[in-house]
Amino acid sequence: MAAEAELTPTQYIGQHLTFNAKAVGDGAFWTLHVDTLATAVLLGISSIGFLWWVVRGATSGVPGKRQAFIELAFDFVDAQVKDIFHGDRRLIAPVALTVFVWVLLMNSMDFLPVDWVAKFTHLFAPEGFRIVPTADVNSTFALALSVWLLMIYFSIAVKGFGGWIHELFCSPFGANPVLWPANFLFNLVEYVSKPLSHSLRLFGNMYAGEIIFLLLWMMAATSLVGTVFASLLGLGWAIFHILIVALQAYIFMMLTIVYLAMAHESH
Amino acid sequence: MNINLTLFAQAITFAAFIWFTAKFVWPPLMRAVEARQKQIADGLAAGERGKQDLEQAAKRTEELLREARQKAQEILAHADKRAVELIEEAKAAAKTQGEQLVAGAKAEIDQEVFRAKEMLRAQVAALAVTGAEKILRREVDAKAHADLLRAVEAEL
Repeated sequence: MAAEAELTPTQYIGQHLTFNAKAVGDGAFWTLHVDTLATAVLLGISSIGFLWWVVRGATSGVPGKRQAFIELAFDFVDAQVKDIFHGDRRLIAPVALTVFVWVLLMNSMDFLPVDWVAKFTHLFAPEGFRIVPTADVNSTFALALSVWLLMIYFSIAVKGFGGWIHELFCSPFGANPVLWPANFLFNLVEYVSKPLSHSLRLFGNMYAGEIIFLLLWMMAATSLVGTVFASLLGLGWAIFHILIVALQAYIFMMLTIVYLAMAHESH
Repeated sequence: MNINLTLFAQAITFAAFIWFTAKFVWPPLMRAVEARQKQIADGLAAGERGKQDLEQAAKRTEELLREARQKAQEILAHADKRAVELIEEAKAAAKTQGEQLVAGAKAEIDQEVFRAKEMLRAQVAALAVTGAEKILRREVDAKAHADLLRAVEAEL
């Protein structure tokens, strides 16, 4: 944050919501959000590295605290997958575990005090650095789109290309040729709405959380009383945010499992 | 906008948040982890105990079997010995009985012989008396010559 000039509230929020964007081509689309990308990759690598580190030393005997914790998380995810999807879990369960852990960590970035982090990130990114990757619609949409592609892949792998096309035109209303346009339209809406609702739900929650934090910090800057109140409210919001962070990661994972399980079912 | 106050508020909030997490979020997680550890440890210990029990039981069974076998052998040997003894006893009994029988028979024979001799003697005496009568051509008074006759009889 620029220290020499007084910031208006708009500028404060604006600055905290500025992506560290790097243009890599012509046009608005060809932009990389370096902050989102870097944080997501860093969290992904550290979570996978942590899992790998624990699992590498795993014992079939009495587990250590770390291993027991990982086992609990693993069992939790595996039980959810087992409940919803009856089939070969070798791909879907790892997908669910990855999505859950990664989204949970990315959401958790919301807990860090933004201005303190900004003090550090300004050293190498003075124009702005957002540390909550899931508050960037690009990353949530990327996750949802990956799931969407997996969904189509599984549909084709299970039913065959012909079966998939058949399903596009013949379900849910029936195989009568008169109903083909209606079926196709219905499926089209479904295929468009799935990744949108999947990604926007997560994005909306995290973005809103971030905004509320920023508003509270603005209040903290007004006066000493404001600081005290903002601190209390900030604590309350942070505690409530534990629920949101975990719940949104859980919902994202559950939707992933549900979508992939639905792709395996023939109608 | 004063930035320092914001930083202050954020620092307090963050510290309080960490305290809250350490106080209320971390312990239940740790409890779950520890419960899981304990459950696994107990299960493994129970399994180990069962294995040991089984081993012990197997050892005991073997011991019992060996003991039983030994006892059976002892009993067999005893029975063998007893049988031999019985046979020997029976043999000895048979021998003595046989000897007794033989002795009895011998005595009987002796008696028979004696009786035959007596009879013979009496008959010879009678014959001698008859012969003497015939020689003397007269009745021998049995009463008068009884002493004589008895002497003759005894001589025979």
